[in-house]
Amino acid sequence: MSLTAQEAAVPPVSVAPVLEGRGLTKYFSVKHGRGIFPGTARLFAVDDVTIALAAGTVTALVGESGSGKTTVARMLAKIINPDGGVVLLDGKPVPHGRPRSYARQVQMVFQDPFASLNPIHRISYNLVRPLTIHHLGGPDLNAAIEELLRRVALEPPQQFTRKFPHELSGGQRQRVAIARALSVRPRVLLADEPVSMLDVSIRLGILNLLADLRDRDHLAILYVTHDIASARYLADTIVVMYAGQVVETAPSARLTDHPAHPYTQLLLSAAPDPDRAEPPSLAGSGAPPSLIAPPSGCRFHPRCPHAMAICSTTAPPSVTVGPGHASNCWLHVEESRRVPDNPDVMAAKAGSTSLRPPAAPPPIGTTQMRRTEEDRSME
Amino acid sequence: MSETSPPARAPRTPTHSTARQADPVLEIRGLTVDYGFGTEAVHAVVDCDLVLRRGQVLGLAGESGSGKSTLSMAAIRLLRSPGVITGGEVLFHPRPVEGESSDPTIDLLRADEAELRRVRWSEISVVFQSALNALNPVITIGAQFDDLLKVHRPHLSSTERWDRGVELLEMVGMTGERLRSYSHELSGGMRQRAMIAMALALEPQVMILDEPTTALDVVTQREILEELMGLRDRLGFAALFITHDLSLLVELADEIVVMYAGRLMERAPAASLFRAPRVPYTYGLLHCFPPMHGERKPMEGIPGSPPDLRALPSGCSFHPRCPWAMERCRKETPVLTRLDASGREAACWLHSGGATVPAELALADPGDRGSSAATRRVAR
Repeated sequence: MSLTAQEAAVPPVSVAPVLEGRGLTKYFSVKHGRGIFPGTARLFAVDDVTIALAAGTVTALVGESGSGKTTVARMLAKIINPDGGVVLLDGKPVPHGRPRSYARQVQMVFQDPFASLNPIHRISYNLVRPLTIHHLGGPDLNAAIEELLRRVALEPPQQFTRKFPHELSGGQRQRVAIARALSVRPRVLLADEPVSMLDVSIRLGILNLLADLRDRDHLAILYVTHDIASARYLADTIVVMYAGQVVETAPSARLTDHPAHPYTQLLLSAAPDPDRAEPPSLAGSGAPPSLIAPPSGCRFHPRCPHAMAICSTTAPPSVTVGPGHASNCWLHVEESRRVPDNPDVMAAKAGSTSLRPPAAPPPIGTTQMRRTEEDRSME
Repeated sequence: MSETSPPARAPRTPTHSTARQADPVLEIRGLTVDYGFGTEAVHAVVDCDLVLRRGQVLGLAGESGSGKSTLSMAAIRLLRSPGVITGGEVLFHPRPVEGESSDPTIDLLRADEAELRRVRWSEISVVFQSALNALNPVITIGAQFDDLLKVHRPHLSSTERWDRGVELLEMVGMTGERLRSYSHELSGGMRQRAMIAMALALEPQVMILDEPTTALDVVTQREILEELMGLRDRLGFAALFITHDLSLLVELADEIVVMYAGRLMERAPAASLFRAPRVPYTYGLLHCFPPMHGERKPMEGIPGSPPDLRALPSGCSFHPRCPWAMERCRKETPVLTRLDASGREAACWLHSGGATVPAELALADPGDRGSSAATRRVAR
């Protein structure tokens, strides 16, 4: 891993992204209410999310369960169609549906390797399928499979081709799933929690494999995770999601060392960290809101220790707070400009100009709110 | 809560974890558990010794399949078929009652149903990973508290039982109104809180926490753990905390035991284990968690994968993954032995018979509990 090169990461906009989602929105219809004739309500799983994946970089999408991170990955993979927004491949909108040509460029690795491989077929079959479907087999299928298995460090490959998925360990199965995704020689890999089902001692092996694919094959990788420490380890850029929206984007070490959004600060204060000298004090409390009737303004404001009047009325703009570092928070907007629909602020939201650097981000844990039952209200 | 306790109980005094060598409350000796019989048997837990002291948080860390849950379930005789306990003893020491001289210690592995019934939940309670599976989905939380108290506290009237339920829920940060809810109406965090409240209902001396927060989000996990540790300081129960997340355990536990392939590999105070591991497996496991600070460096994790219990390697079962494996490791199985006066123990040939200890495994011990979780908590 060449980490030093990424430390000096430039704003993602300066590199032409391979795959981009602009203003992605997805809602699901859910049953709402009780009785024989329950009504339906719209659950906004993802609301206006913009994300760009550049070749040779890993972008981590971090959030709690229900934050919409998997839905974003699935929209980028075109497994589900967005209700709003557009997916761009090399800057061109992707046609509706999921054309095979798209699947050749963008592949997905799923969370559960126990479920994502066909259990009644041998590993060789699982790997041959994409090759035949995409007419990539070539004259020697066996050689192609062995080469794939070598790329994911399953050696010697002959030992694995004749096995069934259940004969492999979790880590080996996830490697096979990655090999299958690589078989069509994609340019984008969308990995949805690829290590969370695996044993602790083999997780790093898979993360290092993804890092290798980024460095050697120049893949654009999306790493969806709830584990911010592993995102810091693997990713070049971290995008933090909360309640279906992006709240902060930054180069990974910068995001964890200098979090600018109160929600990121809360996440970091809650993460296990044995190096911590003091017992952690949670920078906030409560649970994520219902996405059927999300809070007005900033969706984090009911839990935010720094919430101001404007936070409950108007959604915050995306403010550039450093190189490649954007935070959707009113705290970073100068007081005089904290006016709803202020043209200056809206310009900043469009990302065209950068506001003057704001004051230092509020330190973690300065305010301790008392937890109340209302805060923690039901999902 | 004293008004609802049975009159026979001695009043509870806060037993802070500063009591360094408190009396043991649960002693597991030589526990061995197999799945299956005869030559087909898989040895899930082999000859394990654990001592849980009053008011202590003992962490049991291990990967899936290491036998950590099997060990705890066997210790309280909740193991299901085809699990078979083939040896050992589990001694539970009830709180001594003044004026009684006879030894009230119970060996749970030899106890009959009536004795087990007296101990289970009233003295040793369990919080499982999935509260959704542990709670009854077709009756309300309140009805489940009611059932529990009706059986174990028959002298309480139904209003008293309800009040006790409200009190317990408030103790874990919920409102009493939630007694009317069904488990599916609660969020994951609240379900686990309700489960903890239920585990505390009879004021047990020991709580077994089997991955209690693994299924939860990190913010909820932190809130629940803070509450749990606060209750521990207040009520003084001892906790056996089982998890695969060693980095979390370092923050929580007083002492940590690391398990691998059914055997205990290392036992040490939390800070010592984190700063100066003595066993290659512990060292490797600690290097599986990317740090949250400092320079980002490539890390290697542990090569290979955890062994199949049906085909364990000879000798030390970690030797195929161990960078320092010696000839002896392939032939002989190390047992947990005391390393020095500090009382920490390790099962590794590198620390016996004149072998050279690699520098990584010979770091200076940060000393006795100077900065252990317990002291930090008390100072708070």
